[in-house]
Amino acid sequence: MSGNTNIDQARHPAADAVAMFFKNKPAIVALFVLVLIIIAGLIGPLLYPIDPFDMVWAPFGLPGEDGFILGTDYLGRDLFAGILHGTRVSLQVGLTAALMTVLIGVTVGALAGYFLGWVEEVLMRITEFFQVLPTLLFSMVIVALFGASLPMITFAIGLVSWPAVARITRAEFLRIRELEYVTASRAAGAKNLKLIFKVILPNALPPIIVQAALMVGSAILFEAGLSFLGLTDPNIVSWGQIIGSNRPYILDASYTVTFPGLAIFITVLCLSLVGDGLNDALNPKLRQR
Amino acid sequence: MTALLRVENLRIELATRLGVAPVIDDVSFELAAGETLSFVGESGCGKSMTALAIMGLLPDKVGRIAAGKILFNGEDMTQASDERLRSLRGNDISMIFQEPMTSLNPVFTIGEQIAEVLRRHKQMDKRDAWKRAAELLDAVRIPDATHRVGHYPHQLSGGQRQRVMIAMALACEPKVLIADEPTTALDVTIQAQIFDLLEDLRKDMGTAIIMITHDMGVVAEMADRMIVMYAGRKIEQGDVHTVLDHPRHPYTKGLIACVPHLVATLDEHRPPLTEVSGIVPGLQEFGKNECLFASRCDRVVERCLRERPTEQRFDKDQVSACWQANTL
Repeated sequence: MSGNTNIDQARHPAADAVAMFFKNKPAIVALFVLVLIIIAGLIGPLLYPIDPFDMVWAPFGLPGEDGFILGTDYLGRDLFAGILHGTRVSLQVGLTAALMTVLIGVTVGALAGYFLGWVEEVLMRITEFFQVLPTLLFSMVIVALFGASLPMITFAIGLVSWPAVARITRAEFLRIRELEYVTASRAAGAKNLKLIFKVILPNALPPIIVQAALMVGSAILFEAGLSFLGLTDPNIVSWGQIIGSNRPYILDASYTVTFPGLAIFITVLCLSLVGDGLNDALNPKLRQR
Repeated sequence: MTALLRVENLRIELATRLGVAPVIDDVSFELAAGETLSFVGESGCGKSMTALAIMGLLPDKVGRIAAGKILFNGEDMTQASDERLRSLRGNDISMIFQEPMTSLNPVFTIGEQIAEVLRRHKQMDKRDAWKRAAELLDAVRIPDATHRVGHYPHQLSGGQRQRVMIAMALACEPKVLIADEPTTALDVTIQAQIFDLLEDLRKDMGTAIIMITHDMGVVAEMADRMIVMYAGRKIEQGDVHTVLDHPRHPYTKGLIACVPHLVATLDEHRPPLTEVSGIVPGLQEFGKNECLFASRCDRVVERCLRERPTEQRFDKDQVSACWQANTL
């Protein structure tokens, strides 16, 4: 409660967490930058309506030349337009994949951690099966088999990433299911579904939220990795795809890969810092610090 | 006296590493409407297990009811479906727990938690349930209840939380309330208040109370009748005054002797505190056909080691499971 002795003020535990989060300076800065990136992704293409696929200038135009702030790539396409348009794609893939990860992971982990017995055995063996597969390779196989469309890439990333969430959720459920308020709720006649979703899950959320925030970052990296290898929708600009297509010229025109790389770096770093901030804010043991 | 709850020859087996052990061995008792029945005994003698069995909340896959019946209003709860048990739990039979600090869900307001029970069992709508929650908080004497109803558990003290638990347990005006050491975690002064509260609510609602405790003082103050448990067996039963006045089992005698007596001045002679020497036998001993108290008993005779004592009846429904009960 961070020294708050005023008990008359009814505060949701989440309010404490928010207050705690806003004491963490790197996290606030990161959140601010992230909001800017999201805004750029949403309205940037409207304000800067140059098509990233148009050849607008000579190839390898240096940054700043003739109004192109980040220069042009090997085909004379505007790099800044590419990065701006790519923002939306990267964020979209990151968020959707993270959402999918959380949905699958929480469902599997919650059922396994609540019901135990054969349900847990089966679900956790499936989880382990997905965990031992080399993730990049597995997602490449899916994308290569079913086509490199954006939804398929997102699906592939989600499919290989959920085991971490499932294991965290299961661990939390195993801990919380033994707590007295769960027994008390059971003694008050609560049904299994109610116990899972209304009693245990809300208490298990903090580590899951943190993991989800980190998951957005890793999904963006993942997408960049796949596009770098050419496994991407050729009709859509993404950061990884820009890096991938300019790869042969990395020594002659390094800025063509540096700028999209920086975009990825900054976004993932910010997500990571926000995730850390959430972790500190949601972890009651650290709240006293 | 018509029995509201009747437990017949209950046997609960617990799976341990050394095999199956009967943690409750052939226990029978009755609970009449509106009375307070107390279960006394050392830790691990099966008091809480009995309570959990009545609630149908024995730990999955570890404990099971191996034999016996639990009849509530004539309906055998050991045979009832999960659905039926859920509709009884919190509605006709409620329970309050030992640890008020951890028995409330930290992420919901106490009002939401009480309202939840009302909505589940009484099909109240959200607004009525919330209003009723505030009334219940007022009934368990939480000051400024209409305001407090929106508070979270961490904003309340231990005693207040236990009151909330009681409010929640009594929300549906249950016929039976099981209180598993409800004041062990609280201050002595708060303890007295909680007992007063339970006593008043019992009178108002006519709820029968099963009070589980290891404190003889609590028994003397609260209960009408008492059952002394030892190593999963019922060893003595009777009206509180009769038993405290004239225990018919050496273990009960020992427990009573353990209660320290207050003296008026410090220099007055204080009798040394007594103890019941020895410990409860291990679980692997539990099923044996002998008196399990024999190793700690100063009146042990050869028969105690050969045969499990049968229940012997005395005046005023006093029952003792001791071969030597007559001589005590």
